[in-house]
Amino acid sequence: MFDIISFIPRAVVQGIPLLFGSTGEILTEKSGNLNLGIPGIMYVGGICGVIGSFFYEQSLADKADINGFLAIAIPLLCCLLGSLLMGLLYCFLTVTLRANQNVTGLAMTTFGVGVGNFFGGSLIKLSGAEVPSIALSSTSYYFHRPLFADNLGWFGDIFLSYGFMVYLALAIALILAYVMNHTRTGLHLRAVGENPNTADAASINVTRYKYTATCIGSMIAGLGGLYYVMDYASGVWSNNAFGDRGWLAIALVIFTIWRSNVGVLASILFGGLYILHMYIPTGANPAMKELYKMLPYIVTIVVLCFTSLRKKREDQPPQSLGLPYFREER
Amino acid sequence: MEKRTAAVSVRNVTKRFGPVLANDKVCLDVYRGEILALLGENGSGKTTLMNMLSGIYFPDEGEIFINGKPVSITSPKESFRLGIGMIHQHFKLVDVFTAAENIVLGLEEKLDMKTAIKKIQKICDDYGFDVDPKQKIYNMSVSQKQTIEIIKVLYRGADILILDEPTAVLTPQETDKLFAILSNMRNAGKAIIIITHKMHEVQAISDRVAVLRKGQYIGEVKTATTTAQELTDMMVGHSVSLNIERSEPVNPRPRIEVKNLTVKDEEGTVKLDNISFTANTGEILGIAGIAGSGQKELLEAIAGLQVVEPGSSIAYIEDDGTRDELIGKDPLAIQDMGVSLSFVPEDRLGMGLVGNMDLSDNMMLRTFRRGKSFFTDRKRPRKIAEDVVKDLEVSTPSLNTPVRRLSGGNVQKVLVGREITSAPKVLLTAYAVRGLDINSSYTIYNLINDQKKQGVAVVYVGEDLDVLIELCDWILVLCGGKVSGIISGRGADKQEIGLMMTRVGGLAPEQAMDVLRNQQIQEGGQDHE
Repeated sequence: MFDIISFIPRAVVQGIPLLFGSTGEILTEKSGNLNLGIPGIMYVGGICGVIGSFFYEQSLADKADINGFLAIAIPLLCCLLGSLLMGLLYCFLTVTLRANQNVTGLAMTTFGVGVGNFFGGSLIKLSGAEVPSIALSSTSYYFHRPLFADNLGWFGDIFLSYGFMVYLALAIALILAYVMNHTRTGLHLRAVGENPNTADAASINVTRYKYTATCIGSMIAGLGGLYYVMDYASGVWSNNAFGDRGWLAIALVIFTIWRSNVGVLASILFGGLYILHMYIPTGANPAMKELYKMLPYIVTIVVLCFTSLRKKREDQPPQSLGLPYFREER
Repeated sequence: MEKRTAAVSVRNVTKRFGPVLANDKVCLDVYRGEILALLGENGSGKTTLMNMLSGIYFPDEGEIFINGKPVSITSPKESFRLGIGMIHQHFKLVDVFTAAENIVLGLEEKLDMKTAIKKIQKICDDYGFDVDPKQKIYNMSVSQKQTIEIIKVLYRGADILILDEPTAVLTPQETDKLFAILSNMRNAGKAIIIITHKMHEVQAISDRVAVLRKGQYIGEVKTATTTAQELTDMMVGHSVSLNIERSEPVNPRPRIEVKNLTVKDEEGTVKLDNISFTANTGEILGIAGIAGSGQKELLEAIAGLQVVEPGSSIAYIEDDGTRDELIGKDPLAIQDMGVSLSFVPEDRLGMGLVGNMDLSDNMMLRTFRRGKSFFTDRKRPRKIAEDVVKDLEVSTPSLNTPVRRLSGGNVQKVLVGREITSAPKVLLTAYAVRGLDINSSYTIYNLINDQKKQGVAVVYVGEDLDVLIELCDWILVLCGGKVSGIISGRGADKQEIGLMMTRVGGLAPEQAMDVLRNQQIQEGGQDHE
């Protein structure tokens, strides 16, 4: 029997890292930057948070002395700082030096994964653990603790059983959608991504918008990595555990046709598809599992086919996505 | 009248780009309630001067006064603040935004679309614009987009308007509408500068004309007291004959016979609908139509570059009367039969020339397949390049200069020159004078006329109706992929062609009736955009 009450919360927690990643990428892509470094940035966000909280926990004589505010603030700040640096690096290369965005992004993903595994491995050595992972359970407690008191049965399980970062992700996605469509900043940002020449002629500072959007986008994506380690994985970092979630986040951007409010539900759908193999009897053949895991990607390809076929202008990617901006010199 | 304070007054402004003197001590005055036409050939410094007013460039020397006060315009923002609004030749609009969103783009105040739309509506009512603020730009015609550009500067409170070649993309009817709007704005006390090199427009709309030549200010005259000939002489610096000679065709015979040609694009949209016509030797067949009415597809179909629908037929008729079907033939084979295509796209280089290659290599693009040797023959292309440079007065530092470094006019001369030296039997040219100044344009017209005299069948796709009427023996008018009519160039009426461009049949004269009769019965006088 398909257990919907336990399936939905698991789909949600699977979906949240994707939601962070795709919200960040939507913001970035709306400025015309195709940041394929997002998977790497999420890794960096995760490991930076881990580093911060590792040293904080190490500095405590007794783990019971842990301060709730610092336990959250230190990894959060470290994570934001790490992903901000990645965003700045990406912007410097693609906006200032006008390097190819695809190449830069892919290089940053390789780099970010490497950074994550390098520092992850170092910390594991430092901690002298017997298993190849670090457990930050004291810190994780504060991330994992449900934000709302819950004695509401199945309703509580589905809606109120999550740590604060889940609600943060939903809030950021909805706020971004509002900003994009109802404020002047959003209008200007969309103009920059669609047609930077026009934006420039309308005295909008193209470089500033690209830098700001990409850096904030990177920080939001980085939070996805932090959420994964601290809440989803209960504070346990092991190398490569984050897997291909970063790419799934980029697929989600296309799936939601660049709308972060759609991302709220779409990310839960993706999360559900990602873990569907655990809920559907797949038999003894392990290959079936892998086939089910492909579902999110297949759905993305189908959506891509449909939006391309319909050719509705509003559903297309920002027109200057991936193109460097040169001011016309005559 | 001269006692009034000028809205804009430019005094001894000089601008250099490296060693090039783009503007040399230029002086200019514009008053409120008048339209000043700024006239000059390509590269005479019109746009540079206007860019200094709109804050894109900063003058090296000289002063600019707005309403009598000295100002320094350091940025486009500063220019907006002074009430100067520039309408660029290439529209600066975001396609997926609505008209209103484009109009408020870049402003600082809080985003409030309702108030903005009200304000836009008021501007429309004041000046007689017909625009839906909620319409998306990608659904708009070129002339609607231009209207949005004008509203954009008015919305920002501009009272000094600069229009850079605003009519280049409009039909005669749309031009008339624009001129009516400009007159309204003049009567409302705005100062308007219009950049153009079309003489008849200068005479139709402006109060005064200022002429620039090679960066220098030549002088200004009242429009009412001057003639097109005088203005052209001022502009070019020596006397130019403004008449395009049109010799009588000698012994015309059918060369290309197009029957029931239908072309669809990849999405299945009909680009050419049942086109039939004949191009004769020793004649120039002009093709008129709004941009994108199927001109490109028509030429490409003849050159063998388009997939055509079944039932279409394009026959090539030899001197001895034998017919060859071109459809289904390889483009190379068609080229070898003497059908030569020179298409000048908007970016000039996009088709036909390779920007990074030098002149002789570009000539070689036509001939490199000839010869049996493993190595290419570089001598002959070089000779052709030398001839083209000499005959067409191409100004280039050397034959080894990459083509992209030449100015637009010279690039076009190279392209057209190459096609002509291949001694074609059929010459297909599109927009051969696009963006060229008067002098270079006339060089090209003469080249085309020479080809006609040698018995070549010329198909000339053009934008300027005045030129089409003067140059061509026959004019085929396209409208939305259909033949709207075929009329004789002698005695053709511009308004009539304009009407035919926007509506199939228009007021087709007698000659066209035979060609059109069958088609019209089926159409039932239906309107077409």
